[in-house]
Amino acid sequence: MSYDVPRTDDEVDPTLAGTEGSPLWEVFIRADRGLNHVHVGSLHAPDAATALHHARDVYTRRKEGVSIWVVPSSAITATDPHDATDWFGSEHPYRHPTFYEIPEEVGHM
Amino acid sequence: MTPEERFDALIGEDLKIEPRDPMPDAYRATMIRQIAQHAHSEVIGMQPEGNWITRAPSLKRKAILIAKVQDEAGHGLYLYSAAETLGVSRAELVDLLHEGRQKYSSIFNYPTLTWADIGAIGWLVDGAAITNQVMLTRTSYGPYSRAMIRICKEESFHQRQGYEIMRVLSEGTDAQRAMAQDALDRWWWPSLMMFGPPDAESTHTVQSMAWKIKLETNDQLRQRFIDATVPQAEYLGLKVPDPDLAWNTETGHYDVGPIDWDEFWSVVKGDGPCNKERSAHKVGVWEEHAWVREAAAAHAAKARTAAASA
Repeated sequence: MSYDVPRTDDEVDPTLAGTEGSPLWEVFIRADRGLNHVHVGSLHAPDAATALHHARDVYTRRKEGVSIWVVPSSAITATDPHDATDWFGSEHPYRHPTFYEIPEEVGHM
Repeated sequence: MTPEERFDALIGEDLKIEPRDPMPDAYRATMIRQIAQHAHSEVIGMQPEGNWITRAPSLKRKAILIAKVQDEAGHGLYLYSAAETLGVSRAELVDLLHEGRQKYSSIFNYPTLTWADIGAIGWLVDGAAITNQVMLTRTSYGPYSRAMIRICKEESFHQRQGYEIMRVLSEGTDAQRAMAQDALDRWWWPSLMMFGPPDAESTHTVQSMAWKIKLETNDQLRQRFIDATVPQAEYLGLKVPDPDLAWNTETGHYDVGPIDWDEFWSVVKGDGPCNKERSAHKVGVWEEHAWVREAAAAHAAKARTAAASA
């Protein structure tokens, strides 16, 4: 049993592949004013303007958003899950408020 | 920790597997196959319902049906998007469907003969799909789980609008009532078959449950659907077409008569009433509208060239 991503030499990276002139875009939606744009999925479109229209039709049929971003999937640089421990592993409990003991008499802080 | 141990540990702790995590080849292949077939089902499922858009009995029903069929297209796209995170392109999957090398749910190989069939599909077919999909919101592969959460939110409208169609018909004239009963008669058994073969004959169940792709068996899900649906039929005053149907006070479930698995396998293997029609229509439309995809790509290329030289 191999755990490697199965990809042959002549196979293009699917996140970079223009499938029939229609590359992959990642879609981010702001659900309402005051909230961040959040990743909701991806879609294929020949260009950014079409990607926005498709994103509206595919991901906001029920007023799920007030703003959409589309980003070419190939433009995203990501951390490697293999390195997750190195990247996110170190503990710094003293960065959290619960690390510190405050006497009850002092009250809420 | 080896990649094998890491994968097993994530599954053991009920944590999701995400796209770039190491995973067994067979897990990846199973997920690609399952998500792709699910996506194909959503897309092919537009055909039996699309059949009634021009003949919906009112503008209200037409608007609802268009919205529902549009949702099915959206569901197909969410799912292709989830499948693509596993390193396969949508174009490849669509080719596999067109070549008949990947399947879609056999339920869509049955015809929609009357308007009541649109009610029965929403109530029974979407009802059965929801039973399965609610379980799949907890499936171990993150992108599939997220697609299922989104889809389940939208499917609820599908089932309710279907039941409402059946309710209106069953409260209508004798002819309308007969039409509703006829639709239930034809869709009941195929809906029960949607959950797949009985556990004893299901080849994939054990491994899929070990990987927490599935959390319940075909028979468990089928029983849940039956228990939920029979009282809904009784409310409508319609008769479930099963002479052996009976409430079992000991088990607290309904007992049902034997399912015709020969029919199921015959439809899976291509001999259902509409297999050829569904495939031919899908491939035909894809080819007929190739010019749209080509024109959009040409326009994008031209705009890029213009921007580069500006």
